[in-house]
Amino acid sequence: MALVLNEDEKMLREAAEGFVGSKSPVSAMRKLRDSNDATGFDRALWSEMADMGFAGVLVGEDHGGVDMGFVAAGLLAEQMGRNLAATPFLSTSVLAATALGKAGSASQKSEWLTKISAGKAIMALAVDEGRKHNPSKVETKAGRSGNGFKISGSKAMVVDGHVADQFIVAANTGEGVTLFLVDPKSNGLTTERTDMIDSRNAARLTFDDVEVTADAVIGEVDGGADVLAHVLNAGRAVVGAELVGASSKAFEDTTDYIRERKQFGTEIGRFQALQHRSSHLYSELEIARSAMLASLSALDENAPDADLVVSMAKAKIGSVAKLASQEGVQMFGGVGMTDEYDIGLYMKRIRVAQELFGDAHYHMEQIAKAKGI
Amino acid sequence: MSELETFQKETRKWLEANCPAEMREPIKGDEDLCWGGRGFKFKNEAQKLWLERMAERGWTTPTWPKEYGGGGLSKPEAKILAKEMARINARIPLASFGIWMLGPALLKFGNEAQKQEHLPPIVRGEIRWCQGYSEPSAGSDLAALATKCEDKGDHFLVNGQKVWTSYADKADWIFCLVRTDPKAKKHEGISFVLFDMATPGVEARPIKLISGKSPFCETFFEDVKVRKDQLVGELNKGWSIAKYLLTHEREMIGGQGQDVTRPLSEIAAGMIGLEDGKLADPMLRTQVIEAEIDAWAFGQTLKRKLGEAKAGASLGADSSMLKYYGTELNKRRLELMMDAAGHEGLEWEGEGGVARQWLRTKGNSIEGGTSEVQLNIISKHILQLPGA
Repeated sequence: MALVLNEDEKMLREAAEGFVGSKSPVSAMRKLRDSNDATGFDRALWSEMADMGFAGVLVGEDHGGVDMGFVAAGLLAEQMGRNLAATPFLSTSVLAATALGKAGSASQKSEWLTKISAGKAIMALAVDEGRKHNPSKVETKAGRSGNGFKISGSKAMVVDGHVADQFIVAANTGEGVTLFLVDPKSNGLTTERTDMIDSRNAARLTFDDVEVTADAVIGEVDGGADVLAHVLNAGRAVVGAELVGASSKAFEDTTDYIRERKQFGTEIGRFQALQHRSSHLYSELEIARSAMLASLSALDENAPDADLVVSMAKAKIGSVAKLASQEGVQMFGGVGMTDEYDIGLYMKRIRVAQELFGDAHYHMEQIAKAKGI
Repeated sequence: MSELETFQKETRKWLEANCPAEMREPIKGDEDLCWGGRGFKFKNEAQKLWLERMAERGWTTPTWPKEYGGGGLSKPEAKILAKEMARINARIPLASFGIWMLGPALLKFGNEAQKQEHLPPIVRGEIRWCQGYSEPSAGSDLAALATKCEDKGDHFLVNGQKVWTSYADKADWIFCLVRTDPKAKKHEGISFVLFDMATPGVEARPIKLISGKSPFCETFFEDVKVRKDQLVGELNKGWSIAKYLLTHEREMIGGQGQDVTRPLSEIAAGMIGLEDGKLADPMLRTQVIEAEIDAWAFGQTLKRKLGEAKAGASLGADSSMLKYYGTELNKRRLELMMDAAGHEGLEWEGEGGVARQWLRTKGNSIEGGTSEVQLNIISKHILQLPGA
């Protein structure tokens, strides 16, 4: 497994570091939040990211992408995580691009993948339904209707749902799960933007006999579970990279703070009570970074144990990121509770991202099953 | 065929022909290892033969220079040798603090005569070394060591006491930290000397541990005469050698957390059993899975850190992170194994000696610098926190 970055990957990381850091720092996210921006991200900036090749990082060259793979996508997500950059990268460039790339028909690919890599379409994956991630239990139904299908049910936590130009919806078709492309303007479909703690985009969808044609099916009818599993793994590994970015930056900010902050006539970073916790967290973050690289490269290499590796990484990274945000707020003390300081923003984004596509408990259960206990 | 391919082919052929069958059996414990030395009793003829054959090629120390008896192999060649040995489950021919600890320090800090005198017997397993570092009042605060070493003109005279000296009762020589300038600051009055454990005035007494075993000794020095040409590096500059060596030691101990043996989940399932396909103790199940995730991620971290470090370069302060995490992980693993073993794990010889292993791991986060010392090192050298 490629755990050490090669020269191309290092160059990409540097480019992303410079670009995201200057164009989309935390202050940009605050501005979107404070102006109640209806889109929730900066379309002009997303267009620039497309020009940089970020939007098409997982799209093949024949559809205008750069096809650099999951390690590269993770490195981009890491920088977005460090800067709390609000972009449709995860929904569109990772989840939708992976679904269409793996199972899309030629015409679906040429229509949507080209738009994804050009930054001209936003796409959202609608899979979760209840409080917790549970893709093995899809209750939204799609029944045959003429040549097409009618979809009924509801979806929750649809990232970028209210701005999507197209949804990818997982529905139960009787003998299994099927993935459908659905136009948000379809009759019977209502989209409600949810106001999230991380000020990022998400929506709740309700389907009331929403009609789709047979062309809307991605892959095989009743055969969507494997595709969905792969798409979710992509999401988990890349969101894991975002979490590593966010928690590393939260930790660096915290360490900078305790180096300067004085109480009892001295820098509080001088106290061993804080030093040992900081050193422990440093160790955990190094471990989490290895898990991140291992999961991304397992996907790039189509490793036979990719499911297990991705679950282990998501579980580990989620727990470490939570620790980093909790220690951060505690070590900042009173100012850590204020909106003025960024550490609270990191805590809120980490809370959301660790929940996405399964929290540590969900993945520990999957791992236990895989190990036969 | 490239040179490396030729090397691989020849190595495979040579190992097949020269590694005795007994030396391809898994190692069950320290007692199966060949430690060498003047008084070492080989377990069988195969063990002796394997050491001699490997030592003749310098392959007990594959990357050491040929002029000192080493194999003179390049890094890629050494990697091939290790892979080929692993392929046939070949045991390491020689376990040795001389190889793991003193050798690298001598290659870096020793003079030519010292290298000529000490390295070849290490390669051949003729001299077994021990490490004289900790003292009763200098454990975590190692630089507070007080063993006195005085210049008596044509020799040094050493007086004092060491503790936690691994296998001092079986070692032939010792590499030892001594105080040569009691007036200097504590880090600046320390020297690194070598002497024979058979010298009059040296006494090693084994310490019985909670595990019932005695791998460590208290070692006493009373008017021990040490040859002056056995000072390594400069007088009063021994601390930098000590630190270099400790980094090596940490990398070695840290590696123990990596689970190369049976997965914990499998062991726990064997001991406790399953109910409805799940471990019969659901609370333990959660902890076992957590520990396995951490062990996996730690293994990935070891690989990543070794890959990132330029060939041969030290991991620096990150070795403290690995030592801290790996040893704490190992302790957790053995606690969980004891939980799973239940009553049977409480017998001295029950369940594959799990009790002894469990007790032994408690020392992992103490020896080679405690976990707390490692956290201090991370705070100081990596996080650069004030006053650390």
